[in-house]
Amino acid sequence: MLSQALAITGINLKSIPAHWASSLVIVIGLAGVVAVFTALLAMATGFESTLKSTGRTDAVIVMRGGSETELNSALDTDSSELIKQGAGIRAGADGKPLASAEMMVIAELIRKDDVKNGANITVRGVEPAAFALRPQLKIVAGRSFTTGLRELIVGRGVLRQFQGAELGKVVRMRGSDWTVVGVFESGDAHDSELWTDINVARTTFGRNGSSSVLAALDGPDGFEKLKSGLAAEPRLTVDAVREQDYFSGQTKQFRKSIGFLAGVVTLIMALGAVFAALNSMYAAVAARTKEIATLRAIGFGGLPVLISVMLEALLLALIGGLLGALIAYVLFNGLSVSTLGENFTQVVFDFKVTPELVERGLIIAVVIGMIGGLLPAIRAARQPVTTSLREL
Amino acid sequence: MTKSGFVIANLFRKRTRTILTLLSVIMAFLLFGLLQSVNHVFNAGADFVGATRLMVQARVSFTSPLPISMVAKLEAVPGVARVAYSQWFGGVWQENTPLFVFSVDPLRYRDVYPEYVMPDAQWQAFAKTRTAMIAGRQLADQYRWKVGQKIPISSNIFPQKNGSKAWAFDLVGIYDGKDEDWKKRTNVAFISHDYFDEANQFGMKGRTNFFILKLSDGTQAEAVSKRVDALFENSPDETKTQTEKDFNLGFVKQIGDIGLIVRWILFAVFFTLLLVVGNTMAQSVRERVPELAVLKTLGFTDGSVLGFVLAEALALCLFGGLLGLLLATTLGAMIEKGSGRQFQLRLDAWVWSIGVAAIVLMSVAVGLLPALRARRLRIVDALAGH
Amino acid sequence: MSESMVQVRSVTKVYERGKQKIEVLHGLTLDIPSGDFVALMGPSGSGKTTLLNLIGGLDKPTSGEIVVGGSRIDQLSSGKLAHWRAHNVGFVFQFYNLMPVLSAEGNVELPLLLTKLTSAQRKKNVAVALAVVGLADRAKHKPKELSGGQEQRVAIARALVSDPQLLVCDEPTGDLDRKTADEILGLLQVLNREHRKTIVIVTHDPKAAEFARRTLHLEKGQLLEQAA
Repeated sequence: MLSQALAITGINLKSIPAHWASSLVIVIGLAGVVAVFTALLAMATGFESTLKSTGRTDAVIVMRGGSETELNSALDTDSSELIKQGAGIRAGADGKPLASAEMMVIAELIRKDDVKNGANITVRGVEPAAFALRPQLKIVAGRSFTTGLRELIVGRGVLRQFQGAELGKVVRMRGSDWTVVGVFESGDAHDSELWTDINVARTTFGRNGSSSVLAALDGPDGFEKLKSGLAAEPRLTVDAVREQDYFSGQTKQFRKSIGFLAGVVTLIMALGAVFAALNSMYAAVAARTKEIATLRAIGFGGLPVLISVMLEALLLALIGGLLGALIAYVLFNGLSVSTLGENFTQVVFDFKVTPELVERGLIIAVVIGMIGGLLPAIRAARQPVTTSLREL
Repeated sequence: MTKSGFVIANLFRKRTRTILTLLSVIMAFLLFGLLQSVNHVFNAGADFVGATRLMVQARVSFTSPLPISMVAKLEAVPGVARVAYSQWFGGVWQENTPLFVFSVDPLRYRDVYPEYVMPDAQWQAFAKTRTAMIAGRQLADQYRWKVGQKIPISSNIFPQKNGSKAWAFDLVGIYDGKDEDWKKRTNVAFISHDYFDEANQFGMKGRTNFFILKLSDGTQAEAVSKRVDALFENSPDETKTQTEKDFNLGFVKQIGDIGLIVRWILFAVFFTLLLVVGNTMAQSVRERVPELAVLKTLGFTDGSVLGFVLAEALALCLFGGLLGLLLATTLGAMIEKGSGRQFQLRLDAWVWSIGVAAIVLMSVAVGLLPALRARRLRIVDALAGH
Repeated sequence: MSESMVQVRSVTKVYERGKQKIEVLHGLTLDIPSGDFVALMGPSGSGKTTLLNLIGGLDKPTSGEIVVGGSRIDQLSSGKLAHWRAHNVGFVFQFYNLMPVLSAEGNVELPLLLTKLTSAQRKKNVAVALAVVGLADRAKHKPKELSGGQEQRVAIARALVSDPQLLVCDEPTGDLDRKTADEILGLLQVLNREHRKTIVIVTHDPKAAEFARRTLHLEKGQLLEQAA
């Protein structure tokens, strides 16, 4: 039976060039659906993975209670110091708690592609421990900033999307000039930031205290110890969140929105593709009425005919799906864009076309192909032999 | 029977094929309608605000507050008729539904936004009652708030002096928009800045995110903006002043180039649709060569035969396109309602008009080649070939 | 019989198939008086269909003159020719060439869409035409619901509905059985004798000669004889 089906499929495929337009419709239609689906989700995946890879599970961000983002949080100097003394924080090489008070300030830079509107980016004032707490962050050009001076190091992502912050340039923030002395790369959300010494930031911007405290946890129970210790402290109203959880939590809104958009768009396009596929396969079956009738008269069964039509539909759909994935990959993979993060600052990320995404796209293509092929296949198999032959 | 009757009858020559093609057209225009309304909301929502107001924010970011004491200096700037201010409250309704809530000076805000319509008694109540709140019609309808109720709203930024982030306000008025566009903007609530300033725990006294300047002369927007920014340059509170419209646009731009994404998707969709419908039309004409030749023998000119084919393409695209847009309107309204106004998906006149334009363009694109072929048909060859 | 309905003067028709030129009619001359019923016969390739197409204004001669009903149709532009056809000629083909999507009366109404008649007037004319061919009771049927002979009658009704002077038929009985063929030929005879239509048919059917007034034989693009 299988050999019958394959034999018929072979005949079908050979006749495709005769009605190439209908077959092309299926291929292009499915390429479109898969390309759009893949591109939209590549955007979500890229954003998510940038933020997900930021932060570790053994580090904790402490902010003022209920702030939810570092931007909304403000801790005074006493609170910052108090937090650093909390139980559960690991000691650094120098015996002091491995923790860094950090201050977020919003600055504005001009985007590379849109000179009229500036966009907000994050300036992070840090203590020296900040580097020890983030071993994945490396200076890749120039040097780190000198404490006490108005010097900046900028993340790789900033350079990709914005202008005016290149090595050696002077950036004007709030009436003061800062020199870019280095470029760093950390492979995560920090690549969208500008870093400087927290004390210089404090004095220049007239602030004291910090936005948050980043601390390394001591052992597997460090998190619990720190949380309960901080809750018990009457002088503090703070929240402690694992660094990784903090950043991945930030993507929730974006992921939901993009996910919803991708879902709706793909669903509608997929329906359209199903109708187009049905149309083409019906036409293909109609064009082959005589051949099918002849085959049946010779002795081929109805089921092999059905299978052969479905196989043809599946094959065309698969080709279309692969084409679509390829288009999405070529056009979009690695494309660097930025969008508004939770702090109302830009987060730079790349489109990421992953194998998993391609697999999902192909599955969609196959499903559409099957639905589009089924009804015409049934019609072809049920076709009465005698009346079809009469048309010869 | 009439000429149009004939055209429609021909459409249903192969019923399944026509219906499936129609369904593809409907899907394409459904997507078109939804995406374009999203795009429109993001990008064109700014137009109707007019040029009579300027937004002043701290130069680095609107998240960085400015001192309210700047009001006096702003009022003195030539070209400024009135100054209002507003501060983002970070409102949260019930568990975690975000709300647009700003703290303002009631009467100043009323003066600067005449497009908001509310009985003067309610404005006065707002000004006189410390814990007062007014809400827009859309907002009030959505959560069924009534004037006189005490509305519990939390802030995700500002705790009260007692440390709690739960606040409560007395709803003393509900405002409307003066026309269709402004009616869509009634999804914001306002509380009294004096009360907020005094009652919140932070040392952010006497500060605000935005100043809104009402211009005495709408054509002077650029000049006045420059004047304001020059006034505060090199001070600790440097400003960035722009028209309300530019502010809105700039904000959207920060989210990303929504327009570009929408365009790419629609390009893919319509390219495919062109193929699908074009193929159907081409097949349909190919099958009918003898019939078209007969029409010519009956005395229909080459031009009228072209007309028949084009009309057929138009009928197909028009029927499917209009149905698709209608579906988008319905679906959009449903999504808008179901997501609690989060996704503004109402298809307005603008989207409908470009939709119809797209329908016509598509009809010509899919119908032209087959129609030309029909026109070119030579009677003798066509009849002999059968 | 009265004045000339069709005058063909030294007509030549040359077809170009790629680089080849094929001369199908060679300096043909003939007259068809008004009220005549002519059967054009001859072997395949003799040019009879070509001649018919020229007389009916479906094609133009390479050289020569053709006058039908007083008009020099070889000189008309294709737009004017279409207009002329609508008012002066009715066609009947071998394969009925009805619109499958229209009913019998819809098909008959089609030529009237080119006129300025109102819907009511059109309906009336259609009814008359269908009555003449004897198909009043089948008006609402689609072609696929009609027999071969009935389809051909609809085609004839359609050819008549604009009341043209000339009826041109290309193998009208070619696809019909003997009995039905005779019915159709009889109908054509009635149209000629009682309704005074000038009829020219191209046919292989030897029996057609019995129904027509005269027969013309074509061979290799030239007239052989004019039989009475």
